[in-house]
Amino acid sequence: MEHRLPPQPITDLIVCPHCDAAYKLARPENGHRAVCVRCHTVLISPRFKAGMQIIAVSIAVVILVIAALVFPFLSIRAAGATNAVSILDAALAFSDGPLVVLSLSTAALIIFIPLLRVLLSLYVLIPVVLDRMPARGSRQAFRLAEALQPWSMAEIFAIGVAVALVKITDLANVGFGAAFWIFAIVVLLVVIQDRFMCRWTVWKSLDGLRK
Amino acid sequence: MPLDGLEIPGRVAQVNDVEIVTARELGVVGCRRCTQVWPAGTPVCGRCGKTLVSRDEKSLQRVWAWWIVGFMCYIPANLYPMLQTRTLLTVQQDTIVGGAVELMHHGAVGVALIVLFASVVIPLGKFFAIGYLAISVKRRGSASFAQRQLLYEIVEYIGRWSMIDIFVVAILSALVQLNTLAAIHPGPASLFFALSVVFTMLSAQNFDSRMIWDIQSRAMKDA
Repeated sequence: MEHRLPPQPITDLIVCPHCDAAYKLARPENGHRAVCVRCHTVLISPRFKAGMQIIAVSIAVVILVIAALVFPFLSIRAAGATNAVSILDAALAFSDGPLVVLSLSTAALIIFIPLLRVLLSLYVLIPVVLDRMPARGSRQAFRLAEALQPWSMAEIFAIGVAVALVKITDLANVGFGAAFWIFAIVVLLVVIQDRFMCRWTVWKSLDGLRK
Repeated sequence: MPLDGLEIPGRVAQVNDVEIVTARELGVVGCRRCTQVWPAGTPVCGRCGKTLVSRDEKSLQRVWAWWIVGFMCYIPANLYPMLQTRTLLTVQQDTIVGGAVELMHHGAVGVALIVLFASVVIPLGKFFAIGYLAISVKRRGSASFAQRQLLYEIVEYIGRWSMIDIFVVAILSALVQLNTLAAIHPGPASLFFALSVVFTMLSAQNFDSRMIWDIQSRAMKDA
């Protein structure tokens, strides 16, 4: 049987994933961004000490998400009757019959997928930032984290809360629990974490790792 | 080689003079996940493991498949009630549009418009936009390529935001449980609406946006 060498990567080019334009690879300086000329997709966006910042933000997110699950989220009061709910109660509101599926996916979309993405990026980034060998399965972990990105909907839930509050403030008194404010911070941090991360740099740092 | 076009703010870049060379013309293929470049014909990206294809011609079939399923779910999402509101004396079931009209009667025109925009205008706009893009890669349309790319990015970005409605229903039905006084329950439309959002997201994700630009390359060659 003929043994062929595996294809070698071409390291002096970069190709825009959205429009297939090819460029000579030139790493921009920290704080600058390399942008596709044709479709303006950001290809490389390195930041000074981004790794450490992302790790710090990620750890904060993990702690705050756990806190947000424990504390009360919202409460309402109208004509003497009251009701208080946690975030999980809100996510699991679709409890009758086939709507259970919707309950589970809502919980995943607003809490567990964002949390999982943060944990995965910690797993990938900590060894890289500390100049160690990437952890085993780092590529798979980062791949999963990237694939889950569109399904992480904490920030959309936050806007949903705002709309829901507008709808019921005329009818009842709404009280905000600690988890409400914690969740607001989580949303902000998740967005920051996403913005700081330069995908190209992460993949590049996993380059040394052979499967 | 006219490849020095990578725009880096702070350095000189002559955007308009640069002639774009595509990876396909160079005989290479770029990974759509990690942007690593490989010789054409490499089956799998050695860095991140994604299957490499220069153009995903079959992607349009997947786009249309998800599109159709998504549209089929959008119909019951509008016919069934989204919310069931029970107060002391009445039980009221509201569809998406019905709920918005109800809000308008109560004077909350702003909220009603937001609801209509998020659950009617955006979903329908998405169906049109994805359909238009999928058809337009087959023929030359009037919109410019940058506009089409923009349209695609808007669709991909905005798709997730339609879930707002589902989350509003979730919060309302969890929160408004005041025993006999008032209670809100989710209706079957919520499940269909969520499925419709998910399917249209999958439809947009399956679209290979590189095909938008191929027509431009061809048009420039012809000129």
